Amino acid sequence: MEQPVETGQSPRPDARAEPQSVAVIAATVATPDESGFTPGTIAASVAVLVVFLAAWELLPRAVGVPEFILPPPSKVWSEFLRVLANERLLWHAGITTLEIIAGFVLGCLLGVVIGFVLGLSPKAELVLSPYILALQIAPKVAFAPLFVMWLGYTVYPKILVAILIVFFPVMVNVLTAVRTVDPDMVSLARSFSATRLQIFRLIEYPASLPPLFAGLRIAATLAVIGVVVGELVGGNLGLGYLLTYGEGQGNTAMVFVTIIVLTLIGIVAYAAVALLERRVLHYIPKVQHVAV
Amino acid sequence: MPNVRIEFRNVSKRFPARSRDGEPVTAVLNVSVSILDGEVVSLIGPSGCGKSTLLNMGSGLYLPSEGEVLVDGRRVAGPNPQVAFMLQKDLLLPWRTILQNAEFGLEVRGVAAIERRERAHALLKKCRLSGFESHYPHQLSGGMRQRAALARTLAVDPLVLLMDEPFSALDAQTKMVLQQDLARTIAAERKTALLITHDLVESIALADRVLVMSQRPGKIIEEIRLDDLPDRDNPMLRRGRPRVQEYAARLVELLHVREKTEAESI
Ligand SMILES: Nc1ncnc2c1ncn2[C@@H]1O[C@H](COP(=O)(O)OP(=O)(O)OP(=O)(O)O)[C@@H](O)[C@H]1O
Ligand SMILES: [Mg+2]
Repeated sequence: MEQPVETGQSPRPDARAEPQSVAVIAATVATPDESGFTPGTIAASVAVLVVFLAAWELLPRAVGVPEFILPPPSKVWSEFLRVLANERLLWHAGITTLEIIAGFVLGCLLGVVIGFVLGLSPKAELVLSPYILALQIAPKVAFAPLFVMWLGYTVYPKILVAILIVFFPVMVNVLTAVRTVDPDMVSLARSFSATRLQIFRLIEYPASLPPLFAGLRIAATLAVIGVVVGELVGGNLGLGYLLTYGEGQGNTAMVFVTIIVLTLIGIVAYAAVALLERRVLHYIPKVQHVAV
Repeated sequence: MPNVRIEFRNVSKRFPARSRDGEPVTAVLNVSVSILDGEVVSLIGPSGCGKSTLLNMGSGLYLPSEGEVLVDGRRVAGPNPQVAFMLQKDLLLPWRTILQNAEFGLEVRGVAAIERRERAHALLKKCRLSGFESHYPHQLSGGMRQRAALARTLAVDPLVLLMDEPFSALDAQTKMVLQQDLARTIAAERKTALLITHDLVESIALADRVLVMSQRPGKIIEEIRLDDLPDRDNPMLRRGRPRVQEYAARLVELLHVREKTEAESI
């Protein structure tokens, strides 16, 4: 793709072919947005939302579904305003958010550290792998009641569930990333007399960042699940508590409000990770950025 | 009297058996090669005959099972600054810019930031990659990437270059351009080089001597001196000489004979 065919004959053949490829490359790099979104697709997305809300508002009423079974969006909105004013929605949402952040950060740190340790010492992995597998298969949210019994109706059991559930995808991704580093790249570093630490810092660590971020994106959504399950199980804090409270009152609209707020928190968490990923992995061609 | 830069003295390499009762694999058997200062030697042989293994011993990544490798008379006991290698894969680190990639070896060796930047810049210029310093590898063509790899290799200023099929992943035109670049650079800097290749004409066009290796366990079965071929620094010109065809025919014959004996022995 670099040179036209006749260049083989001239003595400095690619001297003139090169500036051409400079232009080509500059053009591909300068292309602003390769994600494929256009004003057209965005308008269509908004239209889908509008149609969905309209259907939700009108259809149940037309078919005769009562409001306490499926409250229409307008009811959900007014309930949102009520919960905001009377039920300390922001306070509960704030607590849930903090729990998610704490669980996510601690779980990811633990996953990264243990992932690297096991990745760099195959022996340790062999010894621990049956237990890791068992823990990975165990349904982590089932630990929630246990943690509540241990730690009481505080924020800690929620954070602990989040840590546990976040830990595995991060650890597994880091572990496999370290294992699949191109051995020739390591040889290259070694041929320059690199120390073990340099090999880690200059090759293995940066090479495992893309899979790490894939793990972090999964972890961001899992952290929300872990925290909410913890809150559902016990206590009087957070959106999970509001969920059970709304349920106890038979207030469907309030349950909807809470679900929507939780979803928004999840989206923000995911977007934050995705944004960080684009910053850190800016060297990866955009086409390869596939949302999982 | 030019001195010997790198010497393989009766080296053999055995790899442990894959399965419990399998035989250990002898990849290289009792090979002796000396390469003089400023000399370029190419090495050809059938696939799997131990060429890469020999090169890895030269760079200190593998230690020989028997015999020793000497660089400037000193025994090689591990990777050392006198020797640098270059492979078929460019092995550019995708998270580093071309400049940072060219600096890589210097950075590993602890050269100060300003100095290594300067040297990397100079070598990228020599490898005609000026203007691409802040690009990432994926933004470059295969030929440019391999040139960046060459800049990285030369940046550490090695006495000996070990190259394992450096151009075999490139298309024919790009390959010729890079051969020309490499030959000129090696001649200008008076580097010593060992070049592994499957391309018979390349082995003749770039070298002072061609070594032919046998099937595994690899031994040197033939040495062809190319003393009567001028213009080692200009392979483009050298290719056109009739003698090149004669040498190539000779190599074909040598390698072909080996293939036949293999067919008979199976
Ligand atoms: N690390 C290793 N462990 C075990 N066996 C190996 C190892 N490296 C090479 N071998 C074996 O040694 C033999 C020689 O391999 P080598 O890579 O040196 O061949 P080569 O001449 O470079 O081949 P090619 O031309 O295909 O690159 C092969 O049979 C290979 O299977
Ligand atoms: Mg090889």
